[in-house]
Amino acid sequence: MNIAVLLKQVPDTTAKIIIAGEGVDENSVSKWSMSPYDEYALESGLRMKENNGGVLIAITCGPDRSKKMLTDAAAVGADTLVYISDEGVMDSTHVQQLLAAAIRKYEADVVLCGKQAADTNAGSTGPGVAEILEATCVTLVSEVSYTDGNYITMRPSNAGSEKVSTQGTSVFAFDKGSTELRRPNVRGIMMAKKKIIESITPSDLGVHLGDSNVHLDSQTPPPEKAAGQKFEGSEHVSTVVSKLRNEANVI
Amino acid sequence: MNFTIIAETNGENLHPTTYQLIGAASSIGSKSIVICPNGKAESEAASIEGVEKVISVVGECFDIFDGGAWSTALNTVCEGKILISASPNGREIGARLAAKRNIPIIQDIVSISEGITVKRPIYSGKAVETLTISGDAVITLRPNAFEAAELGGEAPINTVNQSADIKISIQEAINKASERLDVTEADIIISGGRGMGEIGNFSHLEDIADILGAAVGASRAVVDEWGMPHRMQVGQTGKTVTPSLYIAVGISGAIQHLAGMRSSKYILAINKDPDAPIFGVADYGIVATWEEAIPALKSALSELKS
Ligand SMILES: Cc1cc2nc3c(=O)[nH]c(=O)nc-3n(C[C@H](O)[C@H](O)[C@H](O)COP(=O)(O)OP(=O)(O)OC[C@H]3O[C@@H](n4cnc5c(N)ncnc54)[C@H](O)[C@@H]3O)c2cc1C
Ligand SMILES: Nc1ncnc2c1ncn2[C@@H]1O[C@H](COP(=O)(O)O)[C@@H](O)[C@H]1O
Repeated sequence: MNIAVLLKQVPDTTAKIIIAGEGVDENSVSKWSMSPYDEYALESGLRMKENNGGVLIAITCGPDRSKKMLTDAAAVGADTLVYISDEGVMDSTHVQQLLAAAIRKYEADVVLCGKQAADTNAGSTGPGVAEILEATCVTLVSEVSYTDGNYITMRPSNAGSEKVSTQGTSVFAFDKGSTELRRPNVRGIMMAKKKIIESITPSDLGVHLGDSNVHLDSQTPPPEKAAGQKFEGSEHVSTVVSKLRNEANVI
Repeated sequence: MNFTIIAETNGENLHPTTYQLIGAASSIGSKSIVICPNGKAESEAASIEGVEKVISVVGECFDIFDGGAWSTALNTVCEGKILISASPNGREIGARLAAKRNIPIIQDIVSISEGITVKRPIYSGKAVETLTISGDAVITLRPNAFEAAELGGEAPINTVNQSADIKISIQEAINKASERLDVTEADIIISGGRGMGEIGNFSHLEDIADILGAAVGASRAVVDEWGMPHRMQVGQTGKTVTPSLYIAVGISGAIQHLAGMRSSKYILAINKDPDAPIFGVADYGIVATWEEAIPALKSALSELKS
């Protein structure tokens, strides 16, 4: 079984985001990490491999620095590392086309990814890739298992949650679950350093990235909020309650 | 120019976000063509101001949620620029429709102006991106970020039948124990953190929630260490919420928590530490222990509501 896991390197959630000129200054990011939900996708992929056998293919599309994250994935058990340069990539549609082409090239049976990346916060890639691959997609899952040709997972529902199954090529977009993430051991880290990263280009994949009709005008800091009103002591609770009613009109 | 709007329902009625989608279209002088999956709430949709036409797409493919099947069925009647709620299902249908039509997808916008220029938070709200869209696109709108359209219209309703293969099967449905609102649905949320001392003390927050009709949320510390259900977690690795009022009790305000709630319309923080970072984003702050502040809050609210 070929298990593809889509991983994106993003600024660590603790890193400050600094705007310089028209946009976010990537050079000022103090630490780059694997996007948090992708870690759960990777963990579930590793478990699926342990239970069913197979190959775990970690795929990323990004700038050169993203290769480090692939090595991190190898340290916990990824077998094949695939790097696609993001040159010429202008929007999510492009990312999806490249990832889908790589998934086809490596003949993946199942695709695991995050519900949304910590930078874009979008949630487009999993369903978008599924559409291109004509695959089934289930989002907000927390663990996926495979038995007798069925992928089984839990997803939230209006009433609570539901256990669902799919067959054939399926894409699963992960939420954080209660699953414990594994940490790499020394041997894993040593082996990972030697692992070859397969670099492929859009033309290797036969993808011709067109233009985009979305233009990025600017990235700016979030709007400043007016300074809040702070009160010392619980005797002010009733004042605040009347402000919530009369000033803010929210209760 | 018209927008195609995909309606979302809450039981038999339209979800409030559907009014906001129509309101957003009207705010830039556009009319809405509203698509109602499985014809749900079609007459309600037809009675909203700014709606030119309602198209009900009816079929067995809507029996359960499968983004693949839904988008295949809905795609046949979509046109031009498409607006959907940035709810989990909305994002999924939106991404599918965009990939099908080979047009861009812009998720979770918080403002729209003529041009079309949109703004969306990125890096969990640590920055905002401004984009100009020159052609067709699918755009999802953050709940509660736009003015709702009013009732006052009488649009015609067309019905089309569609079929699409459902590829997801439900093996088992598990109902949640409590009747309480989900944090992503609620207009008011009261969340507790490690400062609550122990899980049992959340009953005090539930009392307040009952008075306000609010949902109860939690910080990750509480979810991880005290075994609170993950669906209650607000923040970077939990839910992103934008209620009208967010009350944070005994929560320090770590950056990952702020990521999930800083765009709430109003924030009230209760914390015994005057320097807690949560006060940096709070509109109203009360420096006190919850043991003192929550009973006072309860009696002030009960008085107000009676
Ligand atoms: C990758 C990553 C993702 C994360 N995702 C999330 C996330 O989604 N959501 C999230 O919340 N966190 C998340 N965190 C964790 C986050 O960094 C904080 O550790 C967490 O939010 C702290 O929870 P807290 O505020 O409840 O606890 P603490 O930081 O311990 O704060 C407790 C607060 O309670 C106050 N207090 C104590 N006693 C009282 C009292 N009697 N009355 C009133 N106030 C009192 C204290 O002054 C203090 O400010 C994440 C961390 C990482 C690294
Ligand atoms: N450039 C990328 N390379 C690899 N995986 C990606 C990339 N972009 C997005 N993904 C995957 O898709 C998920 C959702 O991303 P997004 O649609 O940007 O919110 C991420 O959590 C990743 O698993």
